[in-house]
Amino acid sequence: MSDVFLTVLLTLDATFRVSTPLIIAAMAGLFAERAGVVDIGLEGKMLAAAFAAASVSAVVGSPWAGLGVAMLVSCGLAMLHGFATITHRGDQVVSGIAINILVAGLSVILGLAWFHQGGLTPALDNDSRFLSITLPFVDQLAFIPVLGPLYKELISGHNILVYLAFAIVPIVWWVVYRTRFGLRLRAVGENPTAVDTAGLSVVKLRYKALLIGGVLCGIAGTYIAIAHNAQFTRDMTAGQGYIALAALIFGKWRPLTVMLACLLFGFLDALAVRLQGVALPGIGEIPVQVIEATPYLLTVILLAGFIGRATPPKASGIAYVKER
Amino acid sequence: MNRDTRIAWINRLLLPLLNIITAFAVTAVVFWLIDVNPIEAAQVLLYGAFGYEEGIGYTIYYATNFIFTGLAVAVAFHAGLFNIGGEGQAYLGGLGAGLAILLLDPSLSAWVFIPASIIGALFFGGLWALIPAYLQAYRGSHIVITTIMFNFLAASLMVYIMVHVLRETGQMTPQSELFPTNAWMPFVHDVAAGFGYSIEASPLNMSVLLALVCAVLVWFFLWHTRWGYAIRATGKNGSAAVYSGIKPKRIIIVAMCISGALAGLVSVNELVGYQHRLIMDFHLGYGFGGIAVALMGRKHPIGIIMAAVLFGILYQGGAELAFEMSNISRDIVVVMQGLVILFCGALEYMYRPWLIRTLAPVKQAAASQEVATEVGA
Repeated sequence: MSDVFLTVLLTLDATFRVSTPLIIAAMAGLFAERAGVVDIGLEGKMLAAAFAAASVSAVVGSPWAGLGVAMLVSCGLAMLHGFATITHRGDQVVSGIAINILVAGLSVILGLAWFHQGGLTPALDNDSRFLSITLPFVDQLAFIPVLGPLYKELISGHNILVYLAFAIVPIVWWVVYRTRFGLRLRAVGENPTAVDTAGLSVVKLRYKALLIGGVLCGIAGTYIAIAHNAQFTRDMTAGQGYIALAALIFGKWRPLTVMLACLLFGFLDALAVRLQGVALPGIGEIPVQVIEATPYLLTVILLAGFIGRATPPKASGIAYVKER
Repeated sequence: MNRDTRIAWINRLLLPLLNIITAFAVTAVVFWLIDVNPIEAAQVLLYGAFGYEEGIGYTIYYATNFIFTGLAVAVAFHAGLFNIGGEGQAYLGGLGAGLAILLLDPSLSAWVFIPASIIGALFFGGLWALIPAYLQAYRGSHIVITTIMFNFLAASLMVYIMVHVLRETGQMTPQSELFPTNAWMPFVHDVAAGFGYSIEASPLNMSVLLALVCAVLVWFFLWHTRWGYAIRATGKNGSAAVYSGIKPKRIIIVAMCISGALAGLVSVNELVGYQHRLIMDFHLGYGFGGIAVALMGRKHPIGIIMAAVLFGILYQGGAELAFEMSNISRDIVVVMQGLVILFCGALEYMYRPWLIRTLAPVKQAAASQEVATEVGA
């Protein structure tokens, strides 16, 4: 088998791993924004979940317990966002930023006080993490040209949360486009007054959307801390919440295109690692920073309306005031 | 006191005060959670901030940064815009100030260097805000998202420039060469020594005067000029402003450019005033801190100066706290910033319905009297 093929496979393999938290977080953002609540706080919720998962898993020794608590913590923050923006009609962006900054500080402060390792959580052994799963028949199928290695390197050998991420996308699509709840969700993001007139509670629907987002951010954060890595480090989400937000816009608030945007951004990330210090024929060495900046640049260009049009849900960002 | 004056008092004084108290109270809970006595911590913190001359110098030095970014966020707020890009604008401002100094002939006098670096910082900071402003005004892309993206773009751009272009020859760390001494913003302790006063050396430099001048200028601009009026009118009620002949697109551009330029000035204090070279990540946290400062200071320059001093105290005192107590770090300031943004920003009106019910209720007697007169008529 040629080296080029293997390199491509490994890069794509890395793409899956890097894209996973982006996809899950972007789906969280999709629920919130489709319901009319802007969610800048994806980053903070993921970071809080990462910290919770790593801490609980380190103490209890079970990744599932870590995942559970991470989802609870992330939902708690989602409810705080709801309390501020739905109940008290506070500014959604301000509330999201508050959550991000609060978590950035609190995770380090609590980590330092609880584990005395300079803000880190203890390094986890394999029993307390989500490990790679080797799918059946990998070795038996390895002899098949192209498909064998493809199955072995690309499809098999990820942890369960990676598979979960890709399973979530069609489920989200189904919920948003094929269920009664999904119809109401989209309606409340476009025209809450109509939903209210139809006798449904705008407040309840928006809280539900945020709660789903909370659960999803919990999974994304858990993945970052105890599946992709083996401990919590300060600011370990490193802007992935914002990239997910960018992917949400880039994918125009639709589940499948959002997933593709996440894969594209993940691919750029994987590519940046692989191209470090490599001179391409005819082009020379591409600076890593250029590739790193591409997702943000693409999003800005899209937002500027130069490649298609990104139209957010009509009522997103606006608190609903019931007329008296 | 009639009901309207009571409501005015609630809105202007009681509500902001209660919000700040809540933020502090929750911080105290955090201290309690990590087994630190809040009162003891406050004592250490205040000693670190005010206990000795060098500490005071540091406190005001940090406050200077927060005045710049607080004003920056506030100007955008007044136009109804949320500038989250202070972080990137401050970083790019550093590039402007640095380039202005490094490209000029090193033998020039301070009277050329310092204004040049200030203009460089203003220009580059403003430019980094101009692009999102243009995209918001003329292409309809949301300023919050674009300014977030521009923070990341600034970070990538600066890493590239620092590593590949401006790195001091023969050095591993990505930092520029030292600025010529003529280009240094004078330290306050040096200036004081010139007048015969001796105070301990600290990073505090004359940029603090620049910050105060900016605060006065922002106040004058917003409340005493035509443009300032147009900005505030747009922020209060955009469609009403349009009917009175104000062009919202221009307002977006002007407000954001001023905002970005102010954020850019952080670099004058940090780089021209203290580090004396262009370094990486000198700006970290000040852009976001500015949001807390602007909200806490009620978007008014006087409030912003007070809030900036408070965060300066927390920043410097927090360093002392981390030094004295092993189980706490300076990140407690970040927690505090988050809480201030939450309670003074997002949950600004949380107590309002309750306050109005208890302190300024609609009088039962007055209400029934009104009904009686209506019936009588």
